[in-house]
Amino acid sequence: MASFILRRLLVSVLILIAASFVMYMMVAYSSDPLQALLGSNSPNKLQLIADLSRRLQLDVPPPLRWAMWLGGVAKCVIPFANACDLGSTVSNAQVVDILPTALASTLQLVTIALVVAIFLGVTIGIVTALRQYSGLDNTVTFVSFFLYSLPSFLIAVLLKEFIAIDFNDFLRNPIIPWWVIVAIAVVAGAIWQSLIGGDGRRRLTVFGISGVATGVVLWLMSMTDWFLHPGLGPVVVVIIVVGIVVGTTALIGGLQNRRTLLTAGINGAIAIVAYFALQPLFNISSAGTLFILSLVTLGVGMLSGYLVGGYDRAQNVKVGAITAVATGAFILLDRIMQSWPTYLNDTTGRPIATVGSSTPGLSGDVWVSTLDTFTHLVLPTAALLLISFASYTRYSRAGMLEVLNQDYIRTARAKGMPERTVIVRHAFRNVLIPITTLVAFDVGALLGGAVITEKVFAIPGMGNLFNSGLSRGDLNPVMGYFVIIAAMAIIFNFLADLAYAGLDPRVRVR
Amino acid sequence: MTTPVLADNPTMPETKAPESQGRLIFRRFLSNKLAVVSVILVLGIIIFATSAIGLGPIPGWWKYGYKDLNPQLNQGAPTLSLWPTWLGGKGFSFGEHPFGQDRIGKDYFAMTMRGIQNSFLVMIVLGVIASVVGVVVGAVAGYYRGTVDAILMRITDVFIVIPALVIGSVVGHWFGGLGALVLAIMLGFFSWMGIARLVRGEFLSLREREFVEAARVAGASDSRIIFKHILPNAIGVVIVSSTLIMASAILLETALSFLGYGIRSPDVSLGLLISSNESAFQTRPWLFWWPGAFIVALALLVNFVGDGLRDAFDPRHQRFSIRKMRESLPEPDEDQT
Repeated sequence: MASFILRRLLVSVLILIAASFVMYMMVAYSSDPLQALLGSNSPNKLQLIADLSRRLQLDVPPPLRWAMWLGGVAKCVIPFANACDLGSTVSNAQVVDILPTALASTLQLVTIALVVAIFLGVTIGIVTALRQYSGLDNTVTFVSFFLYSLPSFLIAVLLKEFIAIDFNDFLRNPIIPWWVIVAIAVVAGAIWQSLIGGDGRRRLTVFGISGVATGVVLWLMSMTDWFLHPGLGPVVVVIIVVGIVVGTTALIGGLQNRRTLLTAGINGAIAIVAYFALQPLFNISSAGTLFILSLVTLGVGMLSGYLVGGYDRAQNVKVGAITAVATGAFILLDRIMQSWPTYLNDTTGRPIATVGSSTPGLSGDVWVSTLDTFTHLVLPTAALLLISFASYTRYSRAGMLEVLNQDYIRTARAKGMPERTVIVRHAFRNVLIPITTLVAFDVGALLGGAVITEKVFAIPGMGNLFNSGLSRGDLNPVMGYFVIIAAMAIIFNFLADLAYAGLDPRVRVR
Repeated sequence: MTTPVLADNPTMPETKAPESQGRLIFRRFLSNKLAVVSVILVLGIIIFATSAIGLGPIPGWWKYGYKDLNPQLNQGAPTLSLWPTWLGGKGFSFGEHPFGQDRIGKDYFAMTMRGIQNSFLVMIVLGVIASVVGVVVGAVAGYYRGTVDAILMRITDVFIVIPALVIGSVVGHWFGGLGALVLAIMLGFFSWMGIARLVRGEFLSLREREFVEAARVAGASDSRIIFKHILPNAIGVVIVSSTLIMASAILLETALSFLGYGIRSPDVSLGLLISSNESAFQTRPWLFWWPGAFIVALALLVNFVGDGLRDAFDPRHQRFSIRKMRESLPEPDEDQT
């Protein structure tokens, strides 16, 4: 195992060095950092040019400069020495100093987009595979083709011009027109009836119930000014918690599995108690408190599952963890929503931002700043994840269809296993294998896509660093960007290999 | 699909000649309505765009060029009318500026058509170059294996580490000023890695087959075995993946032009049109909609074609259709030729 990791890392580092050489040469020969100065008419122009040439060592031929640059990068590997040297920009800032803030902003964007895309894409892909050639499946297939063909800059500009501005306008007078309510209700009903399936009568019932329910909820939200004072409230929180408890149990253990139901129920009860007990603590919370609370939540969930035990202890631990985290997330969501009026007030009633990664000069508690990050990130993340989402949907759908045709699935069904067990335990794990490979590729695509999204939404991230660096012919920030994204691509490829070995027992790491 | 013919069946006087692989695939492709319609539409758009503004020195049928400055008419609003008269519209007419005018009065129809032309040029050139380079690298690596394979595949790894958009930006920054053709050629030289990996995989398995052995025993040279014996068997992978590369080439070119590294003004690209008119979105939305719609349409259609080709080349991917099953069961004798 250790030798495998070492070998992989060594090869990866060599590839990274070679790729950095290619990149360095291309950028160095394609651009001239003196361009801006040559056009200036300041009196000490020659002096400035000479200074810059000396500082960036422009008289040294690029291959040699690359070697010197590589030497500076190599110092980063020395632990605790803080000797990292990635060169300086044209405007004389150290790349090492500007990289971390840019990196934080981009990582936030890319990580959220990746997680959401995987979660939604895999879920929808599997569901459509189970309802193959239904109306839902055909619609999703078409939509994913469409998203594939939609350039991300187009999505980004559309989201910025439509969703952001229209939603902000809508908040001035948050009444949903009746025809929008009807349209959404019909769509929701159509989706649910396609999901649940069955014969015509059952579909019609499902369509009616879900459509009316959606319509009524939307109407209530509209009537009670919910968009100005959102929140879930105790009743809705309890309903959601019960729903999560029943849903998780039904999905993973089956409702007749009493121990699983017990685990989920314990966690649901704890969540409801915590919802009422923790509100005073939430009011004075900081980010650190929330982090500790989420760890505690995860721990309690796993511990309760472990203590309930039973013949399938691992499954109970899993159910406990999922229930605890999901219910905890909704309790947090409720608390974040309670800060919405304050935040709305701070942003003069136009909360969805189209520029930047945070409101300048905003001061508030952890809830308001979370909302601030959310309103700034929601559109860029949406723009970024749509294409990845499409590919996850298609890959997981194809993977599920292929797996369902395998002999071991037939065996599992022939043994008399419930369909739920066949899908969740036998098929799902095998669908994840090709998805892992896709994730490794996708990270590179997302980081590339961030260049465009960050330009449209003016987010000061890595993509912006690359873009402005390249257009000015500023070599060092471009290379700094490259080092980070190439390293991330390699790390994710490596993680994918490890996940492969974990998911597929036929793969043995040597 | 050929049906087995019983030799002594008196009701079947004529035996059907077995179909060649190519015809079979072609017929399978034709049975995919969506893909066929997509091919026709793509060709239609290309012919329309090219004939409208002409090609190089040959003038087209549209009266304005994409560089001409015209006086502003009606705030540059589009004059295209598609609504028939019997529905209360003005009938089908182009008007003076069907797609409107941009802020300095250029005819937007001509500009959009020029953008389509450029997108198409980049798509074809990039696709062909990436396929040729990818096939050669993959074939050599897969056929010779060993050291050659190791070296070529490590080189592939080096280029694949850099995201397509990033390397595209650098290439565009370098060559974008030299025109669409040069840009497309250079981008093609940095887009071959995926095809090379696929072709190598195919060659690694095909080179162990008996027909390769037979060709080698018969004294065929390496290049003959590679190009005459193995490549035709791997052509499905090449065609499908080069079509999909072409679809992504459209998106790559428009994205690069949007960032300012692709095709530069005064030439026109669909991405450039969107980027330069982004701020005018609220006042002149048509400056945004036309190029956006054509980018999506071109990419979507080419993706459909690629998907249709994949289905045609790989029977495992073929969709199960109850209608087709019913058709094929009762009448095994029906002939479609």
